[in-house]
Amino acid sequence: MRNTIKMISVLTIVGLVSGAALVFMYKYAKPLIIVNQKNEMKQAIFKIFPKAKKYRKETIKDETIFKVNDKDGKFLGYAFLAEGYGYQGTIKMMVGIKKDLETLVGIEILESQETPGLGQEITEEQFKSQFKGLKTSPPIIYVKNKKPTKPNEIEAITGATISSRSVVGILNEKIKTIKDELR
Amino acid sequence: MSYDKNCAEKPKRLCANCGREFCKGLWRENPIFIQVLGMCPALAVTTKALFGFSMGMATTFVLVCSSLVISSIRKLIPPQVRIATFTVIIATFVTCADYFLKANFYTISKELGPYVPLIVVNCIILGRQEVFTSKHGVFNSFIDALGMGVGFSAVLVLLGSIRELFGFGTIFYYQILGEGFEHWVVMALPAGAFITLGFLVGIFNWINNKRKK
Repeated sequence: MRNTIKMISVLTIVGLVSGAALVFMYKYAKPLIIVNQKNEMKQAIFKIFPKAKKYRKETIKDETIFKVNDKDGKFLGYAFLAEGYGYQGTIKMMVGIKKDLETLVGIEILESQETPGLGQEITEEQFKSQFKGLKTSPPIIYVKNKKPTKPNEIEAITGATISSRSVVGILNEKIKTIKDELR
Repeated sequence: MSYDKNCAEKPKRLCANCGREFCKGLWRENPIFIQVLGMCPALAVTTKALFGFSMGMATTFVLVCSSLVISSIRKLIPPQVRIATFTVIIATFVTCADYFLKANFYTISKELGPYVPLIVVNCIILGRQEVFTSKHGVFNSFIDALGMGVGFSAVLVLLGSIRELFGFGTIFYYQILGEGFEHWVVMALPAGAFITLGFLVGIFNWINNKRKK
């Protein structure tokens, strides 16, 4: 009986102390984590729109979009988040599009768990830069092992067709939604 | 021999065995090469040297902190619930390490993904508490944990450097092999981890056998 009480009391005390420690850690870390996530989005937007000075978050129907302006207040275009499944996990990216919604300004990959050395190449400049100035209608398509010829084509990464296809698929779907919402 | 004699003469000396306790984690009882524990992070996060290093540091932090806490309250813990108590304490430090990385090293934390929370189930940590900390004092446990942590980290950095060198031509993002180097994609894949680890364990055992002779 004494032993049982000892067992219960030790576990309870250890649990309480751990809980208290975690509360302090959480209170310390949470604001920093939120700042980090905001910074990440901010950097992505400014990387897509190098001339951007400020942006405004807006919710149109169910979609969150960012309206991006340069330093004179001139409207540059929209930025929005797109998310979907890749080869091994979620791919999350920031997409920039001109105000006519027909030309992509660029993309930045925020999160991806693709295969290192293959699918992870989607985060490399060589792949991402293909989306600069790409036309969005008809929908973007990918070609394999040859240079893209049409204004809505990109070249898939060799050995990572599924990751490339996922990026294109996520983009097309989200752009369609955004177009429907904004028009 | 002289070592043991020294010990017997001054049994209360705090640091009688500390050199030995520390070094055994580096070589004689290396967590990866000899105990073959903690294989999951060793294989999964060592695509690049920096990730191996961060993982090693996080694991060392958890190991050292849990060893300190557990060795100082070891006499109060009833043996029937020791595993549960150890797990609660370890999990607390793991969560702290995870939050800390997320708050201060956001990009690294994203790259390591679920492997930081998974330190909870790393056999090295619970193993050390069972084998060593629950039977020794605070100071020796601290030295033991530090040795094991450094041994683990060193192997992770070595594994990560080799895989990064052949898989990406860099070490710690510093370009080593020239532009013309064709990347061995297999080294960045899980298969590369197994191959590299196999070779390293082989070399390690070969050296050990040579030294015995």
